[in-house]
Amino acid sequence: MGRIWLAIVLALVLAACGSSGTADDASPPANAAGDATPTAAQPRKGGRLRLATTTSTEDSGLLDAILPDFERRTGATVEVIAVGTGQALKLGENGDADVVLVHAREQEEQFVADGFGLYRRDVMQNDFIIVGPPHDPAGVRGAADAAEAFARIAAAQAPFASRGDESGTHTRERAIWKQAGIVPDPASGWYRALGQGMGETLTTANEQRAYTLADRGTYLAMRDRLTDLTILFGGETVADNPDPALLNPYGVIPVNPARHQGIQAELAEAFVAWITSPEVQAMIAEFGKDRYGQPLFYPRATPGTTS
Amino acid sequence: MDDLLAGLAGALRLLLSGDAGVWEIVLLTLRVSGTALLISAVLGVPAGVVLALRSFPGQRLVTTVIYTGMGLPPVVAGLVVYLLLSRSGPLGDLGWLFTPRAMVVAQVLISLPLVVGLTMSAVEGITPELRLQLRALGATERQIAQAILWEARAGMLVALVAGFGSIISEVGAVLLVGGNIERSTRVLTTAIVLETRKGAFDQALALGFVLVGLTFVLNALALRLRGALLHPAG
Repeated sequence: MGRIWLAIVLALVLAACGSSGTADDASPPANAAGDATPTAAQPRKGGRLRLATTTSTEDSGLLDAILPDFERRTGATVEVIAVGTGQALKLGENGDADVVLVHAREQEEQFVADGFGLYRRDVMQNDFIIVGPPHDPAGVRGAADAAEAFARIAAAQAPFASRGDESGTHTRERAIWKQAGIVPDPASGWYRALGQGMGETLTTANEQRAYTLADRGTYLAMRDRLTDLTILFGGETVADNPDPALLNPYGVIPVNPARHQGIQAELAEAFVAWITSPEVQAMIAEFGKDRYGQPLFYPRATPGTTS
Repeated sequence: MDDLLAGLAGALRLLLSGDAGVWEIVLLTLRVSGTALLISAVLGVPAGVVLALRSFPGQRLVTTVIYTGMGLPPVVAGLVVYLLLSRSGPLGDLGWLFTPRAMVVAQVLISLPLVVGLTMSAVEGITPELRLQLRALGATERQIAQAILWEARAGMLVALVAGFGSIISEVGAVLLVGGNIERSTRVLTTAIVLETRKGAFDQALALGFVLVGLTFVLNALALRLRGALLHPAG
């Protein structure tokens, strides 16, 4: 009968093998926020800054390229939480992030107006493009602006893949439909609300030979795989984009420390000053040139301005 | 097909290249899910045994709650843990959100009902006749309980295997409460999501094979343990 205990102990040891070193993980931390994270690699002192941002800034590789500079200068560690714009702002609202870097101008201004953020600063911009099948059944090529392009897609009842996820890109897509005076009906069959991220939406559009609105960075990063899609409206670079309504500005907002305890306010403001500084703006302007032959983001910060 | 083979080759390359980043992710995956399973086992196995062997008022309700928990969508578990651990939530002062601890809590919430429920059915599956026979042979209550637990050993192991399987491959909850922070809360599943989103399908697939390989090895070990338990002499 002793065997059952042997077996249980054995099972527990097996499970514990993987958890060696987590003994203090399971016990309550000695103090709050401070050293609550026993991460594998945190040799530095200087605090942790939580940056809530959209997937495009992380997925494009921009943050990997510029953040080490901030960490070197301040000795702080930046923890990047890359989610949709809506969720990123929610994290700031709940005090779970110290600074947010997103691209949905109106929501950002509302966030500051509601007192969740201190102020908003311009950081950079890129743009949206309309991609679709090269034979362009709806005749989107040559449309005067994005709204006309959308109107042609609707008139042709050509398949259109929508993010459908309340992201910054989806918000922009809806604004263009509104501008075109069209209410796309998901029951119609041609308008497909996927509820997915940009990468998944592009993949789906590619498979279904559908049109979609994409941010240029994600499209360029995935271009090799998207053999049945091409840029039909928006030009080959941001500078070529004929429709200013497709510009996609990113803003940075330090979270208001008065609303929650434990916000790294000083570090957050240092981050805002850093990312809007001429040196970092120059790094942003260079990023992507080697790989895509064009920048993925264009600097936009004007020192000292807030909006 | 070529993509799949390339993914397999990529997985081997990732592991053999000694890429510290990948090993860090693998170790964190094992640490988080291993800790969560350990907690679930310590709490869940005794709970399942008690539920199977004793009867008390409200038992049916408790059982229903556990069965419902077995089907709890991981994202919902993650959302609940997020709201509890958020700075604006009741346990915000702990500072656990976006740390491995939060991921362990979410995974316990997901695996505990499975461990309790499956342990319970394993013990209940032992025929009532055994109990009568043992009593007729003059066994004490304690000896009877021990005999029943011994008979249910293989089923209990399955409970733990199922519990582990439900969390090591889970992505929705750990993404939400861990945040997929590089070198801090990035595990295999969230790394796969990130690579897929980036369009780096080859890297995503390679990591997928690493995860599958890992669960294969762990299940093979569990199966050996099961064999050793069922045929102690052989």
